[in-house]
Amino acid sequence: MIENVDLSLVDWSRAQFALTAMYHWMFVPLTLGLAFIMAIMETIYVKTGNPEWKKITKFWMTLFGINFAIGVATGLILEFEFGTNWSNYSWFVGDIFGAPLAIEGIMAFFLESTFIAVMFFGWNKISKRFHLISTWLVAFGANLSALWILVANGWMQFPAGMKFNPETARNEMENFWEVFLSPVAINKFLHTISSGYVLASIFVLGISAWFLLRGRHKLMAKRSIVVASVFGLITSLFLVMTGDGSAYHVTQKQPMKLAAMEGLYEGQEGAGLVAIGALTPGKEYNDDKDAFLFKMEIPKLLSLLGYRDANAFVPGVKDLVDGYEYTNKEGKTFKGISVEEKIKRGKIAINALADFRRAKEAGNDEAAKKHRLTMEENFQYFGYGYLNDPKSVIPNVPLTFYAFHIMVALGFLFILLFALALFFVNKGNLAKQKWFLWVSLFSIPLAYIASQSGWIVAEVGRQPWVIQDLLPTVAAVSQIDASSVQITFWLFAAIFTALLIAEIKILIRQIKIGPKDQEGGK
Amino acid sequence: MEKNKRPNIFKRIFNFYYQGFRDMPRYGVQLWILILLKLFIMFAILKIFFFPDILETQFDSDEEKSKFVIEQLTKPNK
Repeated sequence: MIENVDLSLVDWSRAQFALTAMYHWMFVPLTLGLAFIMAIMETIYVKTGNPEWKKITKFWMTLFGINFAIGVATGLILEFEFGTNWSNYSWFVGDIFGAPLAIEGIMAFFLESTFIAVMFFGWNKISKRFHLISTWLVAFGANLSALWILVANGWMQFPAGMKFNPETARNEMENFWEVFLSPVAINKFLHTISSGYVLASIFVLGISAWFLLRGRHKLMAKRSIVVASVFGLITSLFLVMTGDGSAYHVTQKQPMKLAAMEGLYEGQEGAGLVAIGALTPGKEYNDDKDAFLFKMEIPKLLSLLGYRDANAFVPGVKDLVDGYEYTNKEGKTFKGISVEEKIKRGKIAINALADFRRAKEAGNDEAAKKHRLTMEENFQYFGYGYLNDPKSVIPNVPLTFYAFHIMVALGFLFILLFALALFFVNKGNLAKQKWFLWVSLFSIPLAYIASQSGWIVAEVGRQPWVIQDLLPTVAAVSQIDASSVQITFWLFAAIFTALLIAEIKILIRQIKIGPKDQEGGK
Repeated sequence: MEKNKRPNIFKRIFNFYYQGFRDMPRYGVQLWILILLKLFIMFAILKIFFFPDILETQFDSDEEKSKFVIEQLTKPNK
């Protein structure tokens, strides 16, 4: 069946998943970060007893609630798609994906949704301290939800802690802790939630800057800027640290993604990190064209970040496709087999699975045991067996490269922004820095662009894999009519764009109204 | 003298939510309408008519499902 897979079906299924995931991710990061920001604000209120802080907390809580409501259930569409568009994948991942998602549903979602009600309805009805605890629990609950989803995604990037069962065609969890504490999953979680904290800080900073530009609610705006900038600065430095951790693991586990992120076609010893650059359009992995029209790079940094060794050899796209063996001056050898060889071994694994099944049906246990062993010996290359052209392991290099560099550049811009905000607050002239306030306001969409770019790097950069090395998209997709996927794509786009417009109108209206006094007056 | 009796825990929880929803501001009501509309579209339209679970609808047992998936996975372009 796989040879007859309609590529437009794969492309439309991917496009639909990308659309729904990106739509969902428009709301999640703000929820993750704003929850902590308002918890910090409420803590100050409880500590100081100053009603101004209550007013500030309630204002940001209102925006949190609207954002939460807009995002509610948008992630469920992704689950629908697993069953409809990606049924082979859903079956193949077995319990690995199901367990974290089930834990998420039972534990985090209920914790989050219960305490959200207490948080919104409980003002003046429950004690200050219990209300504060509820707010913190909402923040932790939201982040716990993200943890389980990201553990599942981390497993797809680096499958660990499982064993494939050829009798059921499912991966079975052998070690929960290897799945849960996989370095890829942990780094992904920390990097992703900290990106949410930075986005939320920029959101608070930008909206507060708008109030200062308008000359309204100045005290609220200045205090919000202080909290957002301190929180944003600390978390953006943490974001750099977790970004470094993510890049390190990408180098070890997904070297092709790293090569695409850096536009590195030819491997290098002591490779530099491209700070700014433009890729040569139409560059093929094996032609003689220079990969860059121009670039500025920081010498040896890519080797240092990827291998913790400034002189390490970093394989490029060509090395990873054709295979490589490189010995550096210190006699250290770096090597990797070609994709062609991996394809051969992948086909051996797939054929062994088919032979195992036939032997089982024929009741020939001896033959089944032999085929199972062959399959297990080659299972790490299982997914390559679905590929025909070695080039198909190369992701979209320009998209991955530019998304990565936009994300990194914006991340550093945000650090500067938070530092400047604190500098101006300290000088006492923040409200006079009109240019800075405008930059802060226009940084809100930039934070969303950075956040979405991060996911583009993570997901486009690992193509063609749904599960790294084990299952490519072409084998994961359900055999359904491509036109039905197109219909649902446009239907989803139309319905949810209309809902989004209605919901954003509510959000903007509440921002324009601004914070209210405790008892409802302006 | 009649003692002021505190309602039981369930009644208090009910009242807490009831009051909360009753005192909800206008934007809150609008958001709930949109949430319910969204859930209706998702579960009563999209899920039923456009997103059937392929394996669930075509097969009754796990054995049939695994047989089908293995067939799918073991017919690559050789």
